[in-house]
Amino acid sequence: MRTADLLPLAVAIPLLGAAVLAVAGRWLPRRGRDALATLWAAADVVCLCALWARTGSDGRAVSWLGDWTPTGGHSVGIVLVADRIGSGLALLVTVLVLAVLCYSWRYFDEPSGEHGGMFPALLLLFEAGMCGFALTGDLFDAFVFFELMGAVAYALTGYRIEDPRPLQGALAFGLVNSAAAYLSLVGIGLLYARTGELGLAQIGAALDERAAAGHGRDALVVIAFVLVLAGPLVKAAAAPFHFWLPDAHAVAPSPVCMLLSGVMVELGLYGVARIHRVVFAGAGGLPDAVVRDTLLAVGVVTALVGAAMCWEQRHLKRMLAFSTVGHVGLFLIGAALLDPAGLSGAAVYVAGHAGAKAALFGLTGVLLDRYGSVDEHGLHGRARELRLPGVLFVLGALALAGLPPYGTGLGKAVAEEAAGRELGWLPVVFVLVSALTGGAVLRAGLRVFGGFGLPPIERPEVAATTGEGEGPEIRPAEGRVPKPMVVVPALLLAGCLSVGVLPGVGRALASAAAAFTDRAGYLADVLGHPGPPPAPAPEAWWTASGVGLGLLSALLAVAFATAAVRRDPRRGTGGLYRRAVLPLRRLHSGLLGDYVAWLAVGLAAMLVTLMAQL
Amino acid sequence: MSVFPYLVAGWILLAGLYGLVTSRNLVQAVGCLAVAQSSTYVLLLAVGYRSGATAPVYSDLPTDAPVVDPVVQALALTDIVVGATVTALLLSLVIQLRKRHGTVDPEELTGLRG
Repeated sequence: MRTADLLPLAVAIPLLGAAVLAVAGRWLPRRGRDALATLWAAADVVCLCALWARTGSDGRAVSWLGDWTPTGGHSVGIVLVADRIGSGLALLVTVLVLAVLCYSWRYFDEPSGEHGGMFPALLLLFEAGMCGFALTGDLFDAFVFFELMGAVAYALTGYRIEDPRPLQGALAFGLVNSAAAYLSLVGIGLLYARTGELGLAQIGAALDERAAAGHGRDALVVIAFVLVLAGPLVKAAAAPFHFWLPDAHAVAPSPVCMLLSGVMVELGLYGVARIHRVVFAGAGGLPDAVVRDTLLAVGVVTALVGAAMCWEQRHLKRMLAFSTVGHVGLFLIGAALLDPAGLSGAAVYVAGHAGAKAALFGLTGVLLDRYGSVDEHGLHGRARELRLPGVLFVLGALALAGLPPYGTGLGKAVAEEAAGRELGWLPVVFVLVSALTGGAVLRAGLRVFGGFGLPPIERPEVAATTGEGEGPEIRPAEGRVPKPMVVVPALLLAGCLSVGVLPGVGRALASAAAAFTDRAGYLADVLGHPGPPPAPAPEAWWTASGVGLGLLSALLAVAFATAAVRRDPRRGTGGLYRRAVLPLRRLHSGLLGDYVAWLAVGLAAMLVTLMAQL
Repeated sequence: MSVFPYLVAGWILLAGLYGLVTSRNLVQAVGCLAVAQSSTYVLLLAVGYRSGATAPVYSDLPTDAPVVDPVVQALALTDIVVGATVTALLLSLVIQLRKRHGTVDPEELTGLRG
């Protein structure tokens, strides 16, 4: 089998599996359905492992569907392209889907009969959409896969239709994401009008040709840039497009949250980086300096907003969701540096974060299962009996805070160092955001699993989402926590650790990042002409300053958490808090109209900023 | 090629977004999303239009006959399929919301904030 054949297979396997499960699930018993779904997901993991192994560290696998290969640099065909960042991300998707399927063996009292097997079928469909988005080399296909994974994610978010809040979260998620996707499509239409091409590489080459012929960049290209990036930026939950994310993550079933936070949001970021790099980074696109400044600003704001809001939450899943917003901001800073070093930091960070965050969501699912609540205040001290989940939760919180030698710590260290070379104060953002998000989760872990401190007093003047009154997602507790619900988070945390401990992972991701930023090589491989030699890979390994800053942010997280736990709950809040944090919380109004308005305002602001810099 | 169809597409898009921002009824909001999406149909067809050309079906045409761009038509068709799926899914969520919660007004849904 040729390497190129693995590309369509990576998307086709889960698609086929979803169809088989949807049909066969009516007759199979529960165990049979779970076994079938797990086998199918494992098959896709094998496929992606083979793809990862066969595309070398600087190679790309290119597959023209139906063998419509380009002649003379032009083709009407549709192309799938895998370099190691793309295939690595798809591999992460398949591994997480497999983990989630194993986690949900005992989760959900799934309906049998006509609707049996729907949940695993939807998960496989979700997997197909995400793999397709990671592997496509065509802008319009990217839109279609974007909407496929979007539509399945809306359905999975609103899976428990008996409760009004999942429906509300799914609607906000769906309306905002699809509106952004249609804006992207308008941008794609504009690019097609200008170049007559739809493939990423072909559009990029056509824009460069126009620039070489003297037709430089004009307003249309800048408008198309902003519109095309609208969809991926909303999916990546960059501020001010992040409002849908906490609403959706707070209410989606815990296994679904593991996927949404662990990898779907990061795919949005991948879309931003890929589209910018291949289409707009050439002579006919936008200058690197302008894009770098704009995306860096967006990343810093996203990170700070996510961290501040994360600290404020008492609903555990909403807290984890805002921590994802904070971390996505950090990934965006890494990717926005537009150099191999920053990008390799972001890649390692994403891999480590996926393990830690999915583990934390899985452990929150255990709480939801046993106590029917994910409220930090209401659960105070009630989960003392859950020893192992408690230990894992605290370890996960420390991993979020960037404690060496976790993969999150390594990613943070590499991205931080690259960011510090660009702007000296950026490492402060990394340390602060890691410490605040890790500290918030640690605080919740100490209170819920350890019963430390006094229970906080209710403050009705602050409109907050409590975690009370959540229906348990599975059948009534049978005494013991189901084994997969603890084993899978433990394995995920071990995965996060291995990213930081095994030197091969960091090295492979660093050379993958170097190949990702090699635009000329990508264009040459897709369009079938000889390309330049690959760029040297940056170093992605622990340095003394990286370890030091990782320890610092973990210590700060512990300090924040203990200070919060030991704080006298009767004490009021300071003036700074009332002036700075309360207005920020009020912005998260839960109103759909506000979210769409922020989408429009954010895009307009981005357009004006870009235009002003050109 | 006149600029008029592009202005129409932009207008439809803004009208749909305005509706999404101000709507007090979720059925209407989903409708507004569909309106915003229909601007992409207008835009795509305008991009592929050639004056004096005919539909790109060659069965009863000479092979050198001028035709409009078939690619945008394929794009618009795919777009319609995607839009139909998303609209149907979102409407079914609204129906469930009305059944279980008795409201379709987004301002009455205050379960998630802060």
